[in-house]
Amino acid sequence: MKQKDPDLLLLHAPLLHQGMTTPSAMRDVLYALMPVTVAALWFFGLGALLVLGACIAGAVLTEWFFSISEKRGESLLDASAILTGLLLGLTLPPGLPIWMAFLGGVVAIGLGKVIWGGLGHNLFNPALLGRAFLLATFPIPMTTWTSLRGSESFFHVSASNLALPFMQTKVDIVSSASPLGLMKFEQEVTPLTNLMFGNTLGSLGETSGVLLLLGGIYLWIRRDLDWRIPVSILLTVVMFSGGLTLVDAVRFPSPLFSIFSGGLLLGAIYMATDPVTSPLTPRGTWIFGIGVGVLVVLIRVFGGLPEGVMYAILLMNAATPLIDRYTQPRIFGR
Amino acid sequence: MARNEHEAYETFIKGIWRDNPVFVQVLGMCPMLAVTNSAINAVAMGGATLFVLVGSSFLVASFKQWIPKQVRISGFIIIIATFVTVADYTLLALVPKVHKELGAFIPLIVANCMILGRQEAFASRNTVRLAVMDALGTSGGFMVALFSLGAIREILGNGSLFGVDLFGEHFEPWVIMILPPGGFLTLGLILLFFNWVTQQKDKFIEQVAEAERVASDG
Repeated sequence: MKQKDPDLLLLHAPLLHQGMTTPSAMRDVLYALMPVTVAALWFFGLGALLVLGACIAGAVLTEWFFSISEKRGESLLDASAILTGLLLGLTLPPGLPIWMAFLGGVVAIGLGKVIWGGLGHNLFNPALLGRAFLLATFPIPMTTWTSLRGSESFFHVSASNLALPFMQTKVDIVSSASPLGLMKFEQEVTPLTNLMFGNTLGSLGETSGVLLLLGGIYLWIRRDLDWRIPVSILLTVVMFSGGLTLVDAVRFPSPLFSIFSGGLLLGAIYMATDPVTSPLTPRGTWIFGIGVGVLVVLIRVFGGLPEGVMYAILLMNAATPLIDRYTQPRIFGR
Repeated sequence: MARNEHEAYETFIKGIWRDNPVFVQVLGMCPMLAVTNSAINAVAMGGATLFVLVGSSFLVASFKQWIPKQVRISGFIIIIATFVTVADYTLLALVPKVHKELGAFIPLIVANCMILGRQEAFASRNTVRLAVMDALGTSGGFMVALFSLGAIREILGNGSLFGVDLFGEHFEPWVIMILPPGGFLTLGLILLFFNWVTQQKDKFIEQVAEAERVASDG
């Protein structure tokens, strides 16, 4: 009775529950993100913990605030607010003032989720929406990459983290460009091993490619993630940037560099695959992934910004309802 | 006479609060979003709109029996455009800097649907006194909306109000608030707040009615 890739699967009444619920899926993603989080703490010290904590606090408090007025107490228990906060925190630069990180968490949940009607109703990925808001609001702190902790004590917190609410960071942070910025503006390639193991500047969660991939594999084994989305995004980026490299190897980065630099892995594995904001049908997920991949390379190579993963995913999020409509499976028999 | 007084007052208050052109009727969005990146621009825009609306309401209400029904819209527009031209040159003469910032949005007051709407819906059917009260109320409401949006955006986006620094030199400006998305966001949040208040009020009225019904039954 076992069919291979059935077009239509008919089942009888005693159906088995798969055992997968929203909270369990959310918890799985949190577990998958743990190695990256620990790596971020290791590379950037206590400041990273403060930024992540502020994001999560902002997200959870907002969720809580709106769930009391709507009498939906259970929406806190599914851990989705914690996950949004953590994902947002992982996309932020380590030297960001914690009040901005908190604000980002508030916006991510408030404007990204609650205003649409709560979990499952949002059009855009909440964490990325929070990041887009922060990037548009505080462009300079959001693109100031502090250097790695190096030999400094773990408990050393950069002064910029502790700026008072609404106040500027004092300009004493040692900062330099991220690998993508170096590539774009100075055509300087960061060694691949640094990119893979996290020995580079960048947002908290985008430094270590290998750990992100490990988390992705865990999610794939646990069936919490549609493998088509990350695979199609990464394949598209490899092919597109590979083609560009063949044209001009100095101006355009190599495919491997494109994959391991910036937030591509974080975005492709953890954000583009958000079940709420990605298409439902297999055909739709391929279109979605290819769209994200093409946009990422276009923005990175031809756009004004060094990094384009966030806008690429947000744009394709906006296209998701349309993709869903055009890839709707035919009703059987018609 | 007392009833008249009351009616005029009602008309005035209605425009400011219950039928607020921006927060309730959602009219005049174009100047609302475009020129509210600072409080001074918002107030100048509100002042110009007030002048145009009061002036044209007065004229339309005075001449209503001589404006043929078939061409009334073009008639209203000519009257409005006259006042807009006056406002345009007055601002240019008095405050050239503000005039330059507002740019094309002063001539565009002609196209503000709120103004034409008041002529068509109110001034052309009521007495001069009531029409002027209505114009004052509506443009007062518009001014309140413009000012609240402009103040929020200038305070967050620039750390100042009417150009006066509020937070000292270390303030971190919220760049988005000066840009168009900030206008949309702020306006959306204010509308959200207004709808919430209205909903709460309706709920309260319903509860009181329910309680009274129960009390009269019992």
